[in-house]
Amino acid sequence: MSSKRPIRVLIAKPGLDGHDKGAKIVARSLKDAGMEVIYTGIRQTVDAIVRTAIQEDVDVIGFSILSGTHLTICREIMEKMERQGINDKIVTVGGFIPKKDVNRLKEFGVAKVFRPSDATSEIAGFIEGEVQRRGKLSQRRSYGGREK
Amino acid sequence: MREKTKEKQKRENHHGASADLKETNTGVKVKLYYGPEDISLFEHDSSLGNPGEYPYTRGIYPTMYRGKLWTMRQYAGFSTSENTNSRFKFLLDQGQTGLSLAFDLPTQLGLDSDDPLAKDDVGKLGVAIDTLRDVEETFDGIPLDEISTSFTINSTASIILAMYVAAAEKQGVEPYKLRGTIQNDIIKEYIARGTYIFPPQPSIRLIGDTIEYCIEHAPRFNSVSVSGTHICECGATPAQGIAYPFLTGIAYLEEVLTRGYNIDDIAPLLSFHLICGGVQFNFFQEIAKLRAVRRLWAKIMKERFHAQNERSMLLKFSTGGMGSGMTEQQPLNNISRISFYALAAALAGSRSMNLPCFDEAYTIPTDEAIRTSLRIQQIIAHEIGIPDVVDPLGGSYYVESLTDGFEGEINAEMERIDSLGGILRCVEDGTIQKQLADQAYHVQKKFESGELTKVGVNKFQIDEEDREVEVFEVDPETLSRQIGRLERIKAERNSQEIDRTLGAIGEAANERKNLMPFILNAVKAYATVGEIVTQLKKVYGEAKQMSVF
Repeated sequence: MSSKRPIRVLIAKPGLDGHDKGAKIVARSLKDAGMEVIYTGIRQTVDAIVRTAIQEDVDVIGFSILSGTHLTICREIMEKMERQGINDKIVTVGGFIPKKDVNRLKEFGVAKVFRPSDATSEIAGFIEGEVQRRGKLSQRRSYGGREK
Repeated sequence: MREKTKEKQKRENHHGASADLKETNTGVKVKLYYGPEDISLFEHDSSLGNPGEYPYTRGIYPTMYRGKLWTMRQYAGFSTSENTNSRFKFLLDQGQTGLSLAFDLPTQLGLDSDDPLAKDDVGKLGVAIDTLRDVEETFDGIPLDEISTSFTINSTASIILAMYVAAAEKQGVEPYKLRGTIQNDIIKEYIARGTYIFPPQPSIRLIGDTIEYCIEHAPRFNSVSVSGTHICECGATPAQGIAYPFLTGIAYLEEVLTRGYNIDDIAPLLSFHLICGGVQFNFFQEIAKLRAVRRLWAKIMKERFHAQNERSMLLKFSTGGMGSGMTEQQPLNNISRISFYALAAALAGSRSMNLPCFDEAYTIPTDEAIRTSLRIQQIIAHEIGIPDVVDPLGGSYYVESLTDGFEGEINAEMERIDSLGGILRCVEDGTIQKQLADQAYHVQKKFESGELTKVGVNKFQIDEEDREVEVFEVDPETLSRQIGRLERIKAERNSQEIDRTLGAIGEAANERKNLMPFILNAVKAYATVGEIVTQLKKVYGEAKQMSVF
């Protein structure tokens, strides 16, 4: 993580819902915050999203889900990511997510759930902080490995 | 000296001294006050006319709301046909005068409930329709010759229309008695809403087929509701929110004109769904905009298309959308916002209103929220004297000046898009999508920086608990019930008849015949939405995405 490459983010719109104004606004704001952003476009299957995440070697996957399908989709995607060995990527979810589901999503491994009222700057701030934190963690882990 | 200053001041006021110009929340520069010099081109007969007279600025009917109040609709429809049917009966009991039906995403995208891609979305966001049986049950016990129904359906609109016609026939109601609207507006799907299936060209042909069918068989049914609401929710300016639907409507008209009809056969069937409210709402501007659109459309029909029939010049529009104006914070404030949207729409002479609900920023509207939005309309209609006088703001220096301004701005945007190759081209190459994404982003930034005010969000906040977001929980049985029903129908129907009618659709599509009679035959045989769409995909192919941000 010593290289200064920009944070790479995949904004993903799984399922059949086509309302992607929010996804595009978040994508644009992260780009303006200096990140490299790829947007999948609408109506993506879980398999296609995982494939793109691997191909594009992203650090973060941000899901936009408005249709109430977040639990099934997130469970499926986290399982697939684990199977593909890419569950180290930071996963965030934004959209209409009931409070009672937030903990469930975190149990699946989602790092953060954003609400409709959260500012775009908060999203960028969280991602920067989380990438840094995980970078330090993995550095510490690799030092540990060397000592051993 | 003092006299001179006063005189100067007066002159400056009169000519709109630049110091007095203020930029509104929508970016329009307005003066401190308006006078006769601001409407120097205003001439009663050509600018206004009487209500029900060309150019219809004041309204398309002579008596407007005294003759007939606007239609009050709230959007409803979920999970299965039985649930939707009981919701409809509830709303009719509450005094609602028209029905508005929402479909689940698989139905909107031509996927049957048993399609693997559909499994997470069956019965969510709207009713699942696989076959004619679902439509029959949705309207069971509701006499289809007595109500008007609005269908929020686009790429599969021809199939849903065919099912409605077939369901009515089973009730003994002939197509010419049907009233209602199918949205059937594909261009805004590519720009904003996302439920497109086929590429633009064949999609427009399919829309032409439904328009042609309605001209011949269901003349009281609005075969297209060109929608400006979604693109406004996605970042279009108020003027673009009119210019793009106008260009779209003209594209559909031109499609049908090539089939040997004349403008007076088609134009009266067209209706528009326009925004009145939302994230970029300015009370007087919104009213002025909706007055300007009636005048501009009348002129376009008369001067450019040489319409003879008055009905071709009447711009029929409903107002709706505007969920983007709702806030999750202090949600009861939304009731005030909705009231202002509705009041603006009534003062502008909307024929039909479909309001957002106060809980819309965080949930699929509850019964209470839907009822409250209906009550807002009823209060405006029955309590506070609004319907008594037509176009009460007509003649206001400010409103007339804004009306002229909007007409010019909308015209200029239409010309700009035409100079870039037309609306279809600008949608195919993503020009419009990119522009709206840019604009939406900048508006969002302005709210985040406090440059634009949203009460309760970036001003006058209170400490609030995070509100429980409720997404409509579909009965987990919905999917299996819907699939079970589909299996039963598939087992009962005559499969030879299915093969024959579906094959005929494919052939007719290849030969570019009007598909409506063929689709009607297939739905009567209980072919599914997905089966019909699959046939059409073989001929038309699928649209490619323009995911620009």
